[in-house]
Amino acid sequence: MSSTVDSRARAAAPEKGRSKTHLSDRARSERKLGWLLAGPAFVIMLLVTLYPIVQALWDSLFSFRLTAPGDKEFVFLGNYATVFSDPVFWQDLGVTMLITVVTVLVELVLGLALALVMHSAIKATRGLLRTAILVPYGIITVVSAFAWFYAFDITTGYVNNWLSWLPVIGPDFNWFASAGPSLTVIMASEIWKTTPFISLLLLSGLAQVPGELTEAARVDGASSWQRLTRVVLPNMKAAIMVAVVFRALDAFRIFDNIFIMTQGQYGTETLSLLAYRTSIGRLEIGLGSAISVILFICVMIIALVAIKVFKVDLTGGSGKGK
Amino acid sequence: MAAITMEHLVKKYDDGFPAVNDISIDIADGEFLILVGPSGCGKSTLLRMVVGLEDITSGDLKINGERVNDRQPRDRNLSMVFQNYALYPHLSVYENIAFPLRLAKGQFSNDEIDRKVREAAETLDLNEHLERKPANLSGGQRQRVAMGRAIVRDADAFLFDEPLSNLDAKLRGQMRTEIAQLQRRMGITSLYVTHDQTEAMTLGDRVAVLKRGQLQQIASPRELYEQPVNLFVAGFIGAPSMNFIPARISGGVFQTPIGDIEVPERVQAKLSGAPELVLLGLRPEHFEDAKFVDEAKVGHGTMFDAEFTHTEWLGNQQYGYIQYEQDQTVQHKLNELAQELDADEMPAQVIVSLDASSRIRGGSTAKIWLDSRRMHVFNPETGENLTRDAEAGAELTREANEERKSEIERARQRDASRGGQNAHAGAGTATAGVAVHRGGDAVTGRESTGQGGSTAL
Amino acid sequence: MLSTKQKIGWTVISVLVLVYALFPVLSILMTSFKAPSDLTSGKFLPSKFVGENYEQIFVGDAKDLFLPALRNSIGISLIATFIAVVLATLCAYAIARLDFPGKKLVLTTALMVSMFPVISIVTPLFNLWRQIGLYDTWLGLIIPYLSLTLPISIWTLTAFFQQIPWDLERAAQVDGATTWQAFRKVIVPLAMPGVFTTAIIAFFIAWNDFVYGIGLTSTSAARPVPAALAFFTGASQFEDPAGAISAAAIIVTIPVVLLVLAFQRQIVSGLTQGAVKG
Repeated sequence: MSSTVDSRARAAAPEKGRSKTHLSDRARSERKLGWLLAGPAFVIMLLVTLYPIVQALWDSLFSFRLTAPGDKEFVFLGNYATVFSDPVFWQDLGVTMLITVVTVLVELVLGLALALVMHSAIKATRGLLRTAILVPYGIITVVSAFAWFYAFDITTGYVNNWLSWLPVIGPDFNWFASAGPSLTVIMASEIWKTTPFISLLLLSGLAQVPGELTEAARVDGASSWQRLTRVVLPNMKAAIMVAVVFRALDAFRIFDNIFIMTQGQYGTETLSLLAYRTSIGRLEIGLGSAISVILFICVMIIALVAIKVFKVDLTGGSGKGK
Repeated sequence: MAAITMEHLVKKYDDGFPAVNDISIDIADGEFLILVGPSGCGKSTLLRMVVGLEDITSGDLKINGERVNDRQPRDRNLSMVFQNYALYPHLSVYENIAFPLRLAKGQFSNDEIDRKVREAAETLDLNEHLERKPANLSGGQRQRVAMGRAIVRDADAFLFDEPLSNLDAKLRGQMRTEIAQLQRRMGITSLYVTHDQTEAMTLGDRVAVLKRGQLQQIASPRELYEQPVNLFVAGFIGAPSMNFIPARISGGVFQTPIGDIEVPERVQAKLSGAPELVLLGLRPEHFEDAKFVDEAKVGHGTMFDAEFTHTEWLGNQQYGYIQYEQDQTVQHKLNELAQELDADEMPAQVIVSLDASSRIRGGSTAKIWLDSRRMHVFNPETGENLTRDAEAGAELTREANEERKSEIERARQRDASRGGQNAHAGAGTATAGVAVHRGGDAVTGRESTGQGGSTAL
Repeated sequence: MLSTKQKIGWTVISVLVLVYALFPVLSILMTSFKAPSDLTSGKFLPSKFVGENYEQIFVGDAKDLFLPALRNSIGISLIATFIAVVLATLCAYAIARLDFPGKKLVLTTALMVSMFPVISIVTPLFNLWRQIGLYDTWLGLIIPYLSLTLPISIWTLTAFFQQIPWDLERAAQVDGATTWQAFRKVIVPLAMPGVFTTAIIAFFIAWNDFVYGIGLTSTSAARPVPAALAFFTGASQFEDPAGAISAAAIIVTIPVVLLVLAFQRQIVSGLTQGAVKG
């Protein structure tokens, strides 16, 4: 492998050198046009993300409250020390990770099941199922949160009546009074809303596994379970990993569902809510910025681990041959 | 080892279209049977019904006398080589070959699997590639891995679905030979689907010709070539294909657009009840430049003058083209036939084989000779071959059958003795690899493969 | 041919999937038809279907909360989608069609931006917008919305554009078309479905936003529907706003469902192309 890379690099090197010195007018104008067209989008993307995060980094080094703008004081990493020594932060981090792991796992299993159903469904059924599945995808997260909240809520809900045969649950069971039950409903809403996306990604991965492979496995003596685990899943590993990474990053930022259902009370607060509560709720810009930066770093770590350790090629084939 | 019996197999799709229509074939233990026909004739569907990837609408499929219609593919103990090989891209060559063995949980120990995989790899000359992934293999190597996966598990029969169609012409010839030799050595029942008639003629003990889901004729390649049952088989087998020329019978003479041909004695007897207008089936090699015909033979045939439009010189042989005015009454029949054979239309021309040194050229008129004894006469409406000699045909197939048996026998003896030599010499993996043995026969051969394997590693 | 058993199996599976996909929607639909006194009935179906909640958000007490929010949501989402799609079309065209250094950089940046935690952007913007007067304005939301809509638009459109057989453009020129004609008559018809699909997906994302909505607005001047829903109050201080919220939720869900019904095939291909094949 390495030798081929080397030789390719060597082969490409002189060409590159030449292209720099002897760039034809046509090539030069194409470069110019390329950046002219791609530039605005590129610059705007940088402006709306890079600027805020740099600003947040800067703000996080100050003790700064909007309620007392005069007291702005440089504290260097003091805000980070405050955050890391606060048990609330660690608890919120734990809740965030719990939600991420549980929702991604459940969505993966559920999404795969849905993808398999859609994949093997006959044509007429497939269209119907796909349309149905897109409904949760299109629905506003806040609406989903309200739908689940009202179904479970002690005053407006009806779920307690339906589940009254379960030992713990009676008409007086309050789902939104402690961490476990609240998180269950929060995650249910999150899973419901985002599983369609994952299942569509998996469906397209599934479609790329040649049918001949599963047929060959049937002849080779594989049961349907063996065909799935030994032939189909290994061959759609790339699609699975991409789906997991995208969803994990998304789930790590969970905000809407929790804000609507519990506002982060009863031990359901996540890092996003903590950052919001600190900076916009309590107007402690310095401390809030520090939390924002930490959240940003967490997301980057997840992405880097995925790309470096699990070798997920998120850029897919888009750059191929170019 | 198994005999496969198809009894009145039918496959109807949802729209009622019968892809396979009432096909009955007996495949003997150890026989190599070819399914051939133009695209859409149902040959692949039939193969997939045998292996269990397609449901059987009606009829019975029996393996060793047992009805297996309702069995899952995994329970039929057949192995199959797919058109695109269907190699598992995430597994190494070794694991691809081991795959069927690993699926049978608990049946094989790791040592057994390793031994079987290495034996198969040895046979197929894949030893050096065992750790590579299929994506890094050449077409021929992939083909061999697919074969390896098929032979590793002691299946009752091999099924091939156009396995060579993705290879280039040269490699195809080589792999064809390898498959033929492997099958002979292993003596395993094989069913092979192809649309390539060279493969059909060279590989098969018997060839089944299919048209639109129906079996036309099943016989040895020679019988198909020399005693075809109908226009379709006659036109499908042979390249360049048989010439079909309309002829009217009149006083012991066939009047044809290219000249009058005397009705040979053998043919005369079979013409009772023939329509006034018939189609003569004349293979290109039935013709010759009159200058190159032995004095002794001339009397057995007919001489006539023909105007050549052009000739093709191919080095070792030469083809001449003669155009004629088509008889409108048979035109539609011939066009219909052309469509069945996957061609657009049947041009009104005769292709004749000439000696390579013949000086006949396009635009010239020359005397040519026809060996009319070998001609076939077809009823243009039913397509039936009026002159077919069923007994002679059966004799050809019987002969082929015996030749096959003695060939397998000889191959085994040769392997056994060669295996002994190699074991003695203790080297030569390539030749040792030839010795694949099943069951208890030829013990020396098996030992030699074992040794060859260890030296290769 | 499907056996009866398989038919029953597929029917059961289809019903299960339909229930999964539609149940929460039906649930909130039912809530939206419940009279205030009916909300605590503990039943799925309203005991009597009433339109009271819809009246309330369109002409009643809640109209001042809902109608401006609806206007804001539609306006801001459409503008943000439009800008994103125009910019992304130019950008994706350049990536798919032209050879220039830094293509990969643009795509990687888009990917990273789409992973960015929104909340990390809100805090500094909250502060900045207040200083420069963009707080609680349409523009103050449109700009950050671009961070949501632009990356996915670039990815989806690049994937679409890379599948266009660009040789056709040259073929048309050989056939006698001018550059502009070739672009208009050959490329635009081929590219439009991709652009349109991207627009739908980008719109969904802008329409769905909540964090920017509550973080960067304070009044009905710019507050979009999802944020407004969180601030709904009942007709009186003591009345549960569940009915009104549900009615509003149904109103904003209807266009989404209609779009999904009309363009499900395109949406699916757009979503999967953008993410998997890139």
